Amino acid sequence: MEETKPRLVLTGITKRYPSVVANDGVSLSVRPGEIHAVLGENGAGKSTLMKVIYGVTKPDAGTLMWNGQYETIVAPSQARRMGIGMVFQHFSLFETLTVWENISLALDEPIPTAQLAAQITEVSEKYGLPIDPYRLVHSMSVGERQRVEIVRCLLQEPKLLIMDEPTSVLTPQAVLVLFKTLKRLASEGCSILYISHKLDEIRALCDSATVLRGGRVSGTAIPRNETNESLARMMIGGELAECHLTPRETAEVRLDVDHLSLASPDPFGTSLKDITLQVRSGEILGIAGVSGNGQKELMAALSGERLSKGAMIKLLGTPCGNLNPAQRRALGMTFVPEERLGRGAVPPMSLASNALLTGARKGMVQNGLIHPSVMKTFSKSVIERFRVKCGDEQSVASSLSGGNLQKFIVGRETMLAPKMMIVAQPTWGVDVGAAQLIRQALIDLRDQGVALLVISEELDELFTISDRLAVIAEGRLSPSVKPAETSIEQIGTWMSGKFGDKAGPAAGSANMPMEAAHV
Amino acid sequence: MYRLERRATPSSTMSVVSPILAAVGMLITGFLLFSALGKDPLEGFYLFFIKPLSTSYGLSELLLKTTPLLLCGLGLALGFRANVWNIGAEGQLTMGAIAGGGVALWFGDSDSSFAMPLMLLAGVLGGMAWAAIPAFLRTRFNTNEILVTLMLVYIAQLVLSWLVHGPWRDPEGQNYPQSQGFGDAETMDVLISGTRVTWGIVYALGLAVVAWVFSQKTFAGFRMQVAGLAPAAAAYAGFSEKRNIWIALLLCGGAAGLAGICEVAGPIGRMQQEISPGYGFAAIIVAWIGRLHPIGVVFGALLMSLLYLGGESAQMGMGLPSAITGMFQGLLLFYLLGADLFINFRLRRVTPKPATSAPTATATVGKAA
Repeated sequence: MEETKPRLVLTGITKRYPSVVANDGVSLSVRPGEIHAVLGENGAGKSTLMKVIYGVTKPDAGTLMWNGQYETIVAPSQARRMGIGMVFQHFSLFETLTVWENISLALDEPIPTAQLAAQITEVSEKYGLPIDPYRLVHSMSVGERQRVEIVRCLLQEPKLLIMDEPTSVLTPQAVLVLFKTLKRLASEGCSILYISHKLDEIRALCDSATVLRGGRVSGTAIPRNETNESLARMMIGGELAECHLTPRETAEVRLDVDHLSLASPDPFGTSLKDITLQVRSGEILGIAGVSGNGQKELMAALSGERLSKGAMIKLLGTPCGNLNPAQRRALGMTFVPEERLGRGAVPPMSLASNALLTGARKGMVQNGLIHPSVMKTFSKSVIERFRVKCGDEQSVASSLSGGNLQKFIVGRETMLAPKMMIVAQPTWGVDVGAAQLIRQALIDLRDQGVALLVISEELDELFTISDRLAVIAEGRLSPSVKPAETSIEQIGTWMSGKFGDKAGPAAGSANMPMEAAHV
Repeated sequence: MYRLERRATPSSTMSVVSPILAAVGMLITGFLLFSALGKDPLEGFYLFFIKPLSTSYGLSELLLKTTPLLLCGLGLALGFRANVWNIGAEGQLTMGAIAGGGVALWFGDSDSSFAMPLMLLAGVLGGMAWAAIPAFLRTRFNTNEILVTLMLVYIAQLVLSWLVHGPWRDPEGQNYPQSQGFGDAETMDVLISGTRVTWGIVYALGLAVVAWVFSQKTFAGFRMQVAGLAPAAAAYAGFSEKRNIWIALLLCGGAAGLAGICEVAGPIGRMQQEISPGYGFAAIIVAWIGRLHPIGVVFGALLMSLLYLGGESAQMGMGLPSAITGMFQGLLLFYLLGADLFINFRLRRVTPKPATSAPTATATVGKAA
């Protein structure tokens, strides 16, 4: 392999945005047949770098050499012609169209339907990614949709395939299938750039790694020769801190969800089916699941943004399924939504005003008039206690980084002294330091006797902070178990919709077994 | 070469400078236009912007025309801040005039001291009722309030036309489509003798203060602003979207209705077919020029009022067509919307750099590293 010329060489790639330097003199080189990891925390500049290679973003400085030639890639279509394919983290498929229609839309030259369908079947089977070209995309699971994206790239016979966080939408079993495919591709000479922040995966899959931190290359490594700890040090510049959950007695039931069923208003959304759960004082119930399996809908139903029958949701014994979010807050619930900017906080408003968004009951409003001094004191104490990096309480929410804004929102909802707190994706897109602080804050609340329900797609996180774990799949909820009494494999099987209870995987039987079959 | 680039945070300087830039742009275009028409631009500007302000009568007329513009502009600004796009203040003004005028005609020549308060109340309620229609349709059937409020303008004007051609026509009015003149008790008192300025301007300025307190100091105002800036955040916090729409439309309807009755019970003094030269529409520009801020709207209303007076003065002095007023209004809004781009974006000078072309690459790389 030493003899082969590099397929792609990046030198000194720099990309500045108004408030941040996303890439600062980044260089890397990929040989044919190499699986090269680009490792880094959220916000380290991985996605920007890939967009530069794929021609989506123009760099401010730096060069790109492809097969020994300098190139300027100005558009994704040019990148595709050169043999570069990219599978994005967020798919770009039309749900109302079939697989072949979606693929033919992305082709630069039209191919007759029958011929294209045959090609799709052939390529997908060759690489162990079976898909039916005539199926409608909306009927497919997220894992299957990813296959469509991959097959779409493979049809163009790429020389370089970029995969952006491909496993965040997959069950652990489906991840293994994907790895087999990627290894097979690499053995045929295709180079792969594999973007991730998951250390185990990179050590299992990749031949070499470039680690990014704050937009710069902080190191290169042969992942096989590294440990998770050594990779993490390169990635975050420090040691990974640990959270500890000390066992503790739970008390009364705070949240009681009883056979909650709720049709989704979105035809391609997920309807909630017969969800029953209880959360007690002093415990954290973690809800795992592949994204798009009803997490958003569950959050909306619990927060009151979607109303259900009153008795389906009880808070401290009070039926509240038909109460709006403000009324549920009055009963002692607080919420941390998945979207920070625009839902959890009003982007152009100050942090003080954002405290007022949910804190009106804390004396910030008297007789309908706003009391700025109370707002100020409250937001200052949130900023101080949760170490929010910002100018002061008058800084506008949109000027904060994702992690700092999340600290502010979690802090605000915590300091409203909830009896029950519901948190969605607490550390999504948050740097490791902030993630640690947020997880500890949730555990502290639990130790004070608050009941918490945490919806997350990060299995590691849930295993760390949950007293009990359940899985949501296709809008149904699995039974709950203690993390110590289960395994990643069992949770993975549940994530594909198989929990073997009476509800059965009836709705999922069409697409689910394919993912599980390859275990 | 220059490139448009998004600012990290919106520029607060630009949001103040933008209306001034817009006024300058309007003046420059006006200058070119007067020249192209073969008129002396300086004389045109004098007639348009100075002459109306040079007499105390002119100043009083300025306040007179400011009244309806300010009332409608305040109501619209509150709604726009909350993402409620009511563009039918003209119709709500007309309905307020009809309701208040109806009360005035019912009182006839009576000198009851209840007449005026009841007329004002009826005017406010009439405007609110007209605005309640789009509020109901939007909250119940999710109709688009832009279309509904606009169409209701024409319906209100046709109702007024029918009334003054039919049931309300003055039998001794030689078939003119107008009602009898209102009695003394049904006409608003003049604020400064010798002028036509009524108490309406006092109500309007008072409402500006109330609107300022409402939008800056009350939780209800905060909720409306959140709904405008981030609807999902409003839903998350549990602020009712329906209540927001109702409040925004009713407040504006009430203010526009008050403007309507102040016009017919003030300078007009009777019901007639034409009661407003488009105040309700011009107030949309007033609201934007005023940055949707109640105090800004006061200045916006004064400027727009000057454009009305200046347009009349230029028509008389230079024989220009009446379209001149609308044209200057349009220019002002056009330039304002253009200048507003720079609140969120800035121009950055981009020197063509060799970064992406290969031959000179080594130099750039050295610098970047």
